[in-house]
Amino acid sequence: MTAQVIAAPLRVAGLPRLRWLPATIGVAALLGAALLGVLVGPAHISAGTVLQVLTGSTNGDPGQASILWQLRFPRVGLGALVGAMLATAGAAYQGVFRNPLADPYLLGAAAGANLGATLAIAFGSGALLIGVNVVPLAAFVGAGVAVGAAYVLGRTVTGVRSTTALILAGVAVATFFNAVQTYVQQTQTDTIRQVYSWILGRLVTAGWDGVVLVLPYIGISVGVILLHRRLLDALSVGDEEVTSLGISARRVRLLVVVAATLGTAAAVAIAGTIAFVGIIVPHTVRLLFGRSYRVVIPLSVLFGGAFLVLADTAARTVVAPAELSIGVVTAFIGAPFFIVVMRSTRAAEL
Amino acid sequence: MSDVGISGLSVTYGATRAVNALDLEVAEGEWLTLVGPNGAGKSSILRALARLTPYAGRIEIGREDVARLAGRQLARRVAIVLQVPHMPAGMTVAQYVMLGRSPHLGYLGRERPRDVEVVAEVLKRLSLDAFAGRTLDQLSGGERQRAAIGRALAQEAPVLLIDEPTSSLDISRQQEVLELIDEVRASRGLTVIAAMHDLTLAGQYADRLALLVDGRLVMAGRPDEVLTEPVISNHYGAKVHVIRDGSDTPAVLPVRARKSKDPA
Repeated sequence: MTAQVIAAPLRVAGLPRLRWLPATIGVAALLGAALLGVLVGPAHISAGTVLQVLTGSTNGDPGQASILWQLRFPRVGLGALVGAMLATAGAAYQGVFRNPLADPYLLGAAAGANLGATLAIAFGSGALLIGVNVVPLAAFVGAGVAVGAAYVLGRTVTGVRSTTALILAGVAVATFFNAVQTYVQQTQTDTIRQVYSWILGRLVTAGWDGVVLVLPYIGISVGVILLHRRLLDALSVGDEEVTSLGISARRVRLLVVVAATLGTAAAVAIAGTIAFVGIIVPHTVRLLFGRSYRVVIPLSVLFGGAFLVLADTAARTVVAPAELSIGVVTAFIGAPFFIVVMRSTRAAEL
Repeated sequence: MSDVGISGLSVTYGATRAVNALDLEVAEGEWLTLVGPNGAGKSSILRALARLTPYAGRIEIGREDVARLAGRQLARRVAIVLQVPHMPAGMTVAQYVMLGRSPHLGYLGRERPRDVEVVAEVLKRLSLDAFAGRTLDQLSGGERQRAAIGRALAQEAPVLLIDEPTSSLDISRQQEVLELIDEVRASRGLTVIAAMHDLTLAGQYADRLALLVDGRLVMAGRPDEVLTEPVISNHYGAKVHVIRDGSDTPAVLPVRARKSKDPA
């Protein structure tokens, strides 16, 4: 009889990977937030009813089933998608620009979306284009045009680091778009309230249209960013050294920025420019679970989704029956929470 | 094949020509150290070899034109340790060394067991295995230099370029790092091209020295041929005493023109 030794797979301490515990906490947070978002609302619906409706049981009240399917499920779904997208895009932008303050709107996506939406509200509110409301469409196009312009402008500048040139171009484009947006808003005062409401963000939807509209963009965008998580870690050694490792920093940056912009444009088109999610969520994940993008990106997807569903639940209950803008809530609860996390961990790790 | 052939190499930054029509051959397994005063073009040559700066002329590694290689192909042939490597705070030593495996992975590829094996071996060889889980910002200067070399070795490239490997290290760490490079060179048959300021150390470890001044190659030869008082005084403008103790590695001792303790 011969003794056979089977070598265990070699383990090296310090290699980052997403561990079970944080992943489980993330999934639990998202599911918990979704359940809360589904349960809370003007009509009282029990958890049992939600379960019955989800499992297709016919015993439930058809009115409640209708509220769940037509209003609450799509709203929670949209919140989860938009939150996941903004948090993931924020983390991705922070990685490609090696700048902890980068957010999904860094290259002008918010300014472009705001201008697009303002123009649509001021001059074509309620209009449809191929069956789709023109406001989100205009916001999507505006975000894309702004980031595209920043990218092209940034590439033409020489003499500074390419990331710096890109950020500066983003600032210039955003400032210009903001100026045009303010001008249009001031000359069209009758729509000012509508414009403000859009800018501060909202998840008001009727049915699944919004979810279906953004799902492909957000799915592709998050997928591409997830695939780049190893390369985002590699970029942290700087363009020059990453080039010496055979990785094209420019290609990584272009693909990740295009993906993050596409998803962000879809998110702002449907939900407005919701601030802070792209900064607060990735940084909180970093402080709690580690800095590697192999950990930060997947957990940002989960916690971003959970955070926005919770923020939206608060937005529609705090001053019920009226609704707060979700951007007010994300800033109101996000900023103090972030400060608490920062104080209780090592701020130097940011 | 890891011999390096450089012909007609020029590197220009704006109006400044950092390297001027350089011709140089480095044999497989040889250690060549570039020496010369500040601004001689040493770092620019290393950066051109790693294609980190645009250049004119031709560089061949193992008879292949570097300009024609894809980025990943080049990174499998040449590894470079920069003078001040960027070490992201919060990144672990193991993760940093694992970056060296990038040329062996597809664009979106993930590390395989073989890559983990290589990293484990490199960490052990550089006595960094105990620090594998420590973050780079927690390391001393010597440990950081070893981590930088570890990342380059994990590339398993036959040509190692190293810019000022001993700057910011104390004398014991300087020896430790250079011995380590020499050991790996011997065991793996690496071709090493280094840039160094310390002439004595450069002479002790290199097979040949190439002396550069203002981007031009002044002379190349064995350390005892290059490290002579007239050559150093002529090209560095420095007053030195070269001590030869019978071995072929001279020691270069700076000499003060006027001692401060002399009575005025």
